[in-house]
Amino acid sequence: MEKLLEVKNLEVSFQTYGGEVQAVRGVSFHLNKGETLAIVGESGSGKSVTSQTIMRLIPTPPGKIKSGQIIFNGEDLVKKTDKEMEQIRGKEIGMIFQDPMTSLNPTMKVGHQIMEVLIKHQKMSKSAAKERAIELLRLVGIPMPEKRVNQYPHEFSGGMRQRAMIAVALASNPKLLIADEPTTALDVTIQAQILELMKDLQKKTGTSIIFITHDLGVVANVADRVAVMYAGKIVEMGTVDEIFYDPRHPYTWGLLASMPSLDSDDQTELAAIPGSPPDLTNPPKGDAFAPRNPYAMKIDFEMEPPMFKVSDTHYAATWLLHPDAPKVEPPEAVKKRLRKLSSNYEKPVVVKESE
Amino acid sequence: MLRYISKRLLYILMTLFLIVTVTFFLMRAAPGGPFSSEKQVPPEIEKNLNEFYGLDRPWYNQYFDYLVSIAKWDFGPSFKYKGQTVNDLINEGFPVSFFLGMESLLLAISIGVLLGIIAALNHNKWQDYTAMVLAVLGISVPSFIMASILQYFLAIKLGLFPVARWESLQHTVLPALALAATPMAFIARLTRSSMLEVLSNDYIRTAKAKGLSRGQITVKHAVRNALLPVVTYLGPLSAQILTGSFVIEKIFGIPGLGSHFVTSISNRDYTTIMGVTVFYSILLLVAVLLVDIAYGFIDPRIKLAGGKKGE
Repeated sequence: MEKLLEVKNLEVSFQTYGGEVQAVRGVSFHLNKGETLAIVGESGSGKSVTSQTIMRLIPTPPGKIKSGQIIFNGEDLVKKTDKEMEQIRGKEIGMIFQDPMTSLNPTMKVGHQIMEVLIKHQKMSKSAAKERAIELLRLVGIPMPEKRVNQYPHEFSGGMRQRAMIAVALASNPKLLIADEPTTALDVTIQAQILELMKDLQKKTGTSIIFITHDLGVVANVADRVAVMYAGKIVEMGTVDEIFYDPRHPYTWGLLASMPSLDSDDQTELAAIPGSPPDLTNPPKGDAFAPRNPYAMKIDFEMEPPMFKVSDTHYAATWLLHPDAPKVEPPEAVKKRLRKLSSNYEKPVVVKESE
Repeated sequence: MLRYISKRLLYILMTLFLIVTVTFFLMRAAPGGPFSSEKQVPPEIEKNLNEFYGLDRPWYNQYFDYLVSIAKWDFGPSFKYKGQTVNDLINEGFPVSFFLGMESLLLAISIGVLLGIIAALNHNKWQDYTAMVLAVLGISVPSFIMASILQYFLAIKLGLFPVARWESLQHTVLPALALAATPMAFIARLTRSSMLEVLSNDYIRTAKAKGLSRGQITVKHAVRNALLPVVTYLGPLSAQILTGSFVIEKIFGIPGLGSHFVTSISNRDYTTIMGVTVFYSILLLVAVLLVDIAYGFIDPRIKLAGGKKGE
């Protein structure tokens, strides 16, 4: 598999009146060509900041990339100037945002907002761009695109606006599409349609997708691999099967246990993770999840756990994988889903810092 | 659209009728009359004068006569300027005030909007602070002081422009600047705050994610959305500026319409008061209508009621 994107030890923080907020604290992951990676986490876990940093969309100041590399197509995006980034944004990397109601310019025709990308990056003429915009609207499943191309966003429904946003993001065939909670603001039926559309378009265009969401149900539907983020770090990463059928991190357990499933009856209560995420102005010593973790051990409050490798593709940062750790049982809801995966190593291996 | 405009024109007529009525009776309610001055006029002469101008007739006759003549765009003779009608006063004064007003409007809008945009794009940097200090000065310095400062430095010290009088284009520069200072400052502040709000919108981030440059984002996505509050302010502003300013016209010796607003009232020049009031009201109402129509063009979400989709 060829790597399209590799993020290495990325650290991003924001200077605020209350002090420096360390939103992303050393995130590393990669993305292969044609693959979909889901980044999951609750609000404030740094998933949106990570994705916007890849596009270099965080406002600087107050934001700052403190260290790390973002290798895209062999080039480090962290080192690019703003002018150089303009040739990458919209052309090589497209982005879809959470709220389709506010992400389109209300005083500009939808067609024109698509044409802008084509004129800028494909150097198309106005009439050619319009033709292509109509084609794109048809591609994303908007009926009567010839008429719709001349309409304004307020004449579109929420789902249609998100389709239009997808058309904008895909206009110049980007190699990478970043979707930042693209279905969160939509109702469930429309959500399903948009997810179908994205999967379908990925098959047609071969784009890689980074899919940011807090909805594990969506993840199972679209992703090849999943990265779970907590307090600015990736705590567990693996294939969809590994995360859903063999989760190792207590935070992932918590997320899975709090997800309603079809066979839960009205007697079983949904489990919630107690407490709230830590204040990233002063990140706690040790494991950031420890105060909310029923399985926390003494060492969790003292020292950050290293990454353990459970299989070639499965990583988790928890002391529970250490050979000296006591054997613990995951919550009932998670235990029901556990399966033996043949790809797992005999024993988890500590990942060395240099890797 | 046509239906909307005709409906609005009807409302304008109704508003004008109300304005005429209220002004008419308010004016009569004020003590004194056009011929009561320091110099005692003999009673016979005053009687003759009142008879000549119809002031001896019952108030309802005067009122209805006035309504009829005003419908024919006849504001009647001036009480103070002998041999001149109020129509003459307006026809002479308005072109001058209009020209001066247009000049300062253009100045105020172009420089004000520009300053506001520069300030917003450089939020909390020196450009922002400079523009806003200028704006505060423009708002807080009264126009007569601004006028005197301009006359002193640009005309007397540097000799770049004539000090006063209304003769050539050169003569219009200083009064236009003095008249434009306050609205310019106001427009700059309005544009800045509205630009800052627009720039924080999600669709600006979308535009950035498309790879558009800062300039393209500002021109294509931000400015148009930021101008709505400015356009709102332009309606009343243009009516006010186009009918002239008493202070500026006095200082620069300009034969405009502005002075009539003030002098006609102290003179109890009934017909002139009525004439300029009605004229100003018409300008104001039309300006507001134009602003409302402009809304529809700037922001497609605003549909004019009575238009093709507003039913």
